[in-house]
Amino acid sequence: MLEIEIDGKKLTVPSGSTVMDAANSIGVHIPHFCYHKKLSIAANCRMCLVQVEKAPKPLPACATPVTDGMKVFTHSDQAVTAQKGVMEFLLINHPLDCPICDQGGECQLQDLAVGYGQSGSRYQEEKRVVANKDLGPLISTDMTRCIHCSRCVRFTEEIAGYQELGMANRGEFTEVLPFIGKTVNSEISGNVIDLCPVGALTSKPFRYSARTWELSRRKSVSPHDGLGSNLVVQVKNHKVMRVLPLENEAINECWLADRDRFSYEALNSEERITKPMIKQGGVWQEADWQTALEFVANGLKGVIAEHGRESVAAVATPHSTVEELFLLRKLMSGLGVNAVETRLRAADFALKTAGATWLGQSIAELAASDAVVVIGSTLRKEQPLLAQRLRQSVKKGLKLAAINPHGDDLLTAKAAELVVRPDQLVEGVLQVLKAVAEAKGIALPANVDFGSIDIPAEARAVAAVLDGKEKTAILLGNIAQQHPRYGEIYAAATAIAEATGAKLGVLGEAANTVGAQLVGAETGGDVFAKPRQAYFMLNAEAEFDVQNGAQALAAVKQAKLVVALSSFSSCALEHADVILPVSPFSETSGTFVNMEGRAQSFNGVVRPLGETRPAWKVLRVLGNLLGFAGFDYASSEEIRDEALAGDIAPRLSNALAAPVAVKAQSASGLVRLGEVSIYQADIYSRRAPSLQKTADAANATLLKANAATLAKLGLAAGELARVEQAGGTAELQVALDAGLLDDVIRVSANHPLTRALAAHVGAIAVAKA
Amino acid sequence: MLSQESLALIDRELAKYPADQRRSAIMGALRIAQTEKRYLTNELIEFVASYVRIPPVAAYEVATFYNMYDRKPVGKYKLTVCTNLPCALSGGYTTADYLKQKLGIGFGETTADGRFTLAEGECMGACGYAPVMLVNNHSMCNHMTPDAIDKKLAELE
Ligand code: SF4
Ligand code: FES
Ligand code: FES
Repeated sequence: MLEIEIDGKKLTVPSGSTVMDAANSIGVHIPHFCYHKKLSIAANCRMCLVQVEKAPKPLPACATPVTDGMKVFTHSDQAVTAQKGVMEFLLINHPLDCPICDQGGECQLQDLAVGYGQSGSRYQEEKRVVANKDLGPLISTDMTRCIHCSRCVRFTEEIAGYQELGMANRGEFTEVLPFIGKTVNSEISGNVIDLCPVGALTSKPFRYSARTWELSRRKSVSPHDGLGSNLVVQVKNHKVMRVLPLENEAINECWLADRDRFSYEALNSEERITKPMIKQGGVWQEADWQTALEFVANGLKGVIAEHGRESVAAVATPHSTVEELFLLRKLMSGLGVNAVETRLRAADFALKTAGATWLGQSIAELAASDAVVVIGSTLRKEQPLLAQRLRQSVKKGLKLAAINPHGDDLLTAKAAELVVRPDQLVEGVLQVLKAVAEAKGIALPANVDFGSIDIPAEARAVAAVLDGKEKTAILLGNIAQQHPRYGEIYAAATAIAEATGAKLGVLGEAANTVGAQLVGAETGGDVFAKPRQAYFMLNAEAEFDVQNGAQALAAVKQAKLVVALSSFSSCALEHADVILPVSPFSETSGTFVNMEGRAQSFNGVVRPLGETRPAWKVLRVLGNLLGFAGFDYASSEEIRDEALAGDIAPRLSNALAAPVAVKAQSASGLVRLGEVSIYQADIYSRRAPSLQKTADAANATLLKANAATLAKLGLAAGELARVEQAGGTAELQVALDAGLLDDVIRVSANHPLTRALAAHVGAIAVAKA
Repeated sequence: MLSQESLALIDRELAKYPADQRRSAIMGALRIAQTEKRYLTNELIEFVASYVRIPPVAAYEVATFYNMYDRKPVGKYKLTVCTNLPCALSGGYTTADYLKQKLGIGFGETTADGRFTLAEGECMGACGYAPVMLVNNHSMCNHMTPDAIDKKLAELE
């Protein structure tokens, strides 16, 4: 510990602290631009100059280490003169176009200029002008405003993992730019908008739509991935105008993924439904709520009377809130219907665990691990900020390994990697299990039939990553959870965890995957395999939210009654008989339980659009209409308190409730690797126009295979290929993916172009179109 | 994009640094690429970056920062005259003016026959031999009085 005195206040700080850290710890503000607590120190803006006793000239607080007995003056004459001098230099080339700048009102340069700037400039010469750059559909540039703090450059390199921006030229000619012809394509790129202390980088979708001081700020929780990022939703005239991060070190730190940040565009989309609708004689008619609700109640009763309770199934996406899912479950049990399912993207429903499957630890604990093995996950696209967090941990020594059906770059060092065919994911995990058992000299688990599995060097390397470390974890991603042999993958991963002492974790696919399990909304299994007479669908689009979309669509089409509770109209809803417009997350209160088992409640940030109603209220009224007891909730909080009564922690468990027989199999022939792409994953991101213009969205339209497979199929990159699976076809442009094994055809799933296809992993035929 | 010889030279640069610090070799690698191709196109910069395994923009930063990297075609002989203070005090501008008049071009320009490019340079650490001039980035010429220039240009004919 070192002693330091700042502006007369004495304090002690750990050695290695900078003057900036020390000042921050006692709430003394030192003006700065380039300094950011999550980025490396660049010390290039010089705004943070302070006076240090015995130093001959002012020193930059952000880059000056504290020495014992140091005396610092942040507001002395010398310090303020230096700070004012720097401000004068910064403003020399700044356009001062604050009246037309989106950053106005939340600009660090504007704020500090009030404190340190002069009322006029001594600079009479010509100011420089810098050409704007095309950074893609999300980030707008006004590069003349740039003060070259390099925060954006450091962000892409250090946090996003790949330097997409650079500082070209020198001196007066310095410019921030991407490489010629490239855009910024990171899945967390929007953070540079927050980082830019001036208006050089601003939000493209938000551009010129409001002044920041007209916006009210309301807290919310991101409805996308399992992380549950905290949001500040900014609202004007009952309309969501933009979304910013709410800092929460335990979850999203100060970041947001682009999906969290830009999906709000969907909330104001043309596709919003604002009135209940009933289909009569094949034609949609607007209806009032009473009529529509009675139609639903009578329809459900009618189907049950005629075909029995087994003929009805309720489905909802795991992006629905705890309250909605709890009431859905309760409504269905009132009707005697048991089938309520949220695992819509699953293919294997047999797995039984002792509690709700979860991360197995907190996000912060995971980040402090010594080694992590990821199984079946395109981590950066599934959980962008978790990937970011692990990237930072790798810098501190974490060893990251993967067992995956692809070799995607995690933009950080992989200590080991085993790439398998998608239909051999179980066998890949078994290879590692066998390697672990051999290395430890322990017996192979009895419930596993290893067949003739031998251990490739890569599997040994993955096993070695877990060896001899204290805190280790094994994570199951979306590809694993949506795999036709998920139970076997899970059991094999459990065996590795037991043998190595690693914690097994499941990366919740959606915002409320854990919450859905806690309220028991997963009793249906594959409710579309055997078509039902009636489907009750909560914010679920058959073709886009169900793994075998084609099959689900067929089941829905033949059903007598399809009730859709939805925020958006969609092609999938054309087959419904009645649509009840329900609120998106921004217009209802609710709770999501994130992957670490943390329940986060939020309020509606704007009032429901048109006649839209929160789904929990709709379900409550339906319960009352059907005459069920226990539907008299006054608020969503009451529902939550009942749904999540008691502690959540004891109800989380990844322990297997029943042993699973695991049997190694062999596979050959062309096989599909289907994944739901990042901006198709939920009802919001699908409808966010800006996200649909990103490189990731374009990437999802491609068919990918390695060079050998393309050659074998007579295909070349850029050509059009026709794929066929279970009678469904799609035409896609071909691209090379060197990270795939032979015979693997990577085609995104639940995508407008591929919705006619069937299971994510399965045989597929490919030919030139 | 580059010859085997150049790639071998780049490999030698890379070998000078630890395996996890390949980006340290970028200056040498760009120099080698420029020696072979005379100047650095964006495609060449991208190629060198991918060879060194760094993002292209990181190589672009380096290529645009140092003025000994040429990103436009240059003549057969690129003559860089130092105009920093010590040289300027010892006739650097006289040298430059003489060259301009003799070649009929200004700084940053190339003669119509493509033989000579004239460039303004920064201190080359040889102020004691001022005024200095650099030929094709590699060969240093001292005390470049008009006479010396005539002699040098004759050699380069
Ligand atoms: S664009 Fe913004 S963040 Fe990037 S260097 Fe310029 S001022 Fe800094
Ligand atoms: S904040 Fe210290 S130099 Fe920029
Ligand atoms: S000033 Fe010309 S070499 Fe130093």
